[in-house]
Amino acid sequence: MLGFVRFLIRRIIGGIVVLFVVDSLTFFLFFSRPVAIVARQLAGRAATPAVISEVVSNLGLNQPLRIQYWHFIIHLLHFNLGTSYFSQESVNTLVKQDLPITASVVVGGVVLWLIVGLGVGILSATRARSVFDRLATVGVLAGLSMPVFVLGELLILIVFVLLAKHGITWIQPGYVGLSAGIGPWIGRMIMPWITLATVQAAIYTRLSRGSLLDTLGEDYIRTARAKGLSERRVIYRHGVRAALTPVVSQLGVDIGSLLGGVIVVEQVFGLGGLGQALIGAILNGDLPVIIGFVLLAAAFVVIANIIVDAAYALLDPRVRIS
Amino acid sequence: MTVNVTELQFQAQAAESAPALAIEGRSQWQLTWRRLRHDKMAVASIVVILLMALLAIFSPVVAALLHHPVDVAYPTSGLSAAGLPVSPSTHGFPLGTDNIGRDLLIRILYGARVSLFVGISTTVIATVAGVTIGLVAGYFGGWIDTLLARFIDGVLAFPVIVLAIALAARFGPSLLGIIAIIAFFSWAAISRIVRGQTLSLKEKEYIEAARSLGAGPWRIMFLDILPNLLGPVLVLSTLAIPGAIVFEATLSYLGVGIQEPNPSWGNILSEAQSTYQVAWWYVVFPALALLITTLAFNLLGDGIRDAMDPRTERIFAAGGKAAKKRRRAAAAAAAKPGPATPSATEGN
Repeated sequence: MLGFVRFLIRRIIGGIVVLFVVDSLTFFLFFSRPVAIVARQLAGRAATPAVISEVVSNLGLNQPLRIQYWHFIIHLLHFNLGTSYFSQESVNTLVKQDLPITASVVVGGVVLWLIVGLGVGILSATRARSVFDRLATVGVLAGLSMPVFVLGELLILIVFVLLAKHGITWIQPGYVGLSAGIGPWIGRMIMPWITLATVQAAIYTRLSRGSLLDTLGEDYIRTARAKGLSERRVIYRHGVRAALTPVVSQLGVDIGSLLGGVIVVEQVFGLGGLGQALIGAILNGDLPVIIGFVLLAAAFVVIANIIVDAAYALLDPRVRIS
Repeated sequence: MTVNVTELQFQAQAAESAPALAIEGRSQWQLTWRRLRHDKMAVASIVVILLMALLAIFSPVVAALLHHPVDVAYPTSGLSAAGLPVSPSTHGFPLGTDNIGRDLLIRILYGARVSLFVGISTTVIATVAGVTIGLVAGYFGGWIDTLLARFIDGVLAFPVIVLAIALAARFGPSLLGIIAIIAFFSWAAISRIVRGQTLSLKEKEYIEAARSLGAGPWRIMFLDILPNLLGPVLVLSTLAIPGAIVFEATLSYLGVGIQEPNPSWGNILSEAQSTYQVAWWYVVFPALALLITTLAFNLLGDGIRDAMDPRTERIFAAGGKAAKKRRRAAAAAAAKPGPATPSATEGN
């Protein structure tokens, strides 16, 4: 238990360092963009140089770089992410607004991804070379070749248009909060979930199938069968548990690509979450919004990785947390 | 058990004087190619890829034949009275038109040029960089190795697409910029595998032998270690091409890649989003082009991997019953501590 606490503390400190580095890199990457571009966009097309310089000084962009960086760090330590250049809203408010949307996409997508990916992988491995296995292999290849946005657009084209023609309006694009009831929420989110989960599920089907097939060929599985355990117990207690550990360790790495998928999914379905806001901010050069959202994404990745590593140690007793 | 010496000598002489042309050694690559040739899926994907490449190369010819230059809009024949795209095979547009009345087929063919060029050029860059860095890191170890491992972990853990969008927006969208960004995010996966393989290969005896003959580190890395890695690198590179194509399409779709009026499958699909309810062809055809291309490269990569290593199980190659029978026979032969092989030598 003490070992676990020590592990947690070390990982949290490491995570904070990572977040600091990521945010500082983002700051300098975007700060090196000429400030006049942002100011000119804000001041309008017919702005005189005087107006532009006023905008620049209002935003504090005329101060030396190290002072701006200092302010940025101080704000950050107070959990103040600053104010958007364009909408004049605080980034904290923007995050609070958009977070439920993105969280809805992520949670449902992850659940679907793991259930389908691991489920199909396990079923394929235990029925190797069956019709199901072959169909799953075809599906995996199609899923791997399918860019997220293409799948999203095809789903929109086929499902929305066809269903709408037949008078079924339960599944719709756009976002509705959980407060509108669980039915409408699922109706709005089911397409984004499928889109987000498909590519990742394909990768995990392949991973878990291969891993379980390898494990089922091990000697101790034969021993387990020889001592008369039921096939169910052999596969799930002895096989799946050992086979899933490498898959779980891969999970931490794939959280990042999942977030990338979320951005695309929000764009395709016009959900208006953090990802869509981030793209807008990047294209406009809205530095405070970019840094705030990137920090949030990095924090999510770091926390998810700590959880994955802890789960890994629980699954595999040989891994000792220290 | 009375094998006399003269008998053995006789056999040895017979073996030596046997005509050399009876058995010709096949190289690893010849074997791979032979196996690949019999893999229907792999051959089909090669055909599809070549066809796509030919269409891409000769897209100006197709455009000239149809009299529809790539960036010319036909507001009268290419758009309906309501200003919407016309459907396939009307007014001489085989796949219909896009939202401002340009020939969709020609746009898609020109898009293939971008996709294939970006896919292949980034993969070449990423492979050369990945192999070199992986070899150096694996062979020398030390701080290069540590730095590389950290970089790979960092890139893999962070949403690559966010960084890529940021870089593309920061440095302005251009074809070269996109190639640089995609290559920058692709080499690490290759160099990780190369590094791992180098770590184990450098302990082999033949490397020791090369070193004792006075070979320098670069000679050992590129002439002794690299040839043994070409197989896995070829597979990785083939599988990296569809990844790069998808990457480019995604960046263009999000508006930070190839910009209008230059066509790319990504930006065509992005434009198509506004009219999907009335113009299905505008979404379906570019999506199909993208899917068929990435699927072909993925199938080819899998095929090459199977051909390199015949032990991997092949789901499509050998069909159902025959393969099952063969496997069962092989398993039975392996399980029986049978006298099958020893008996042949005891025959004397």
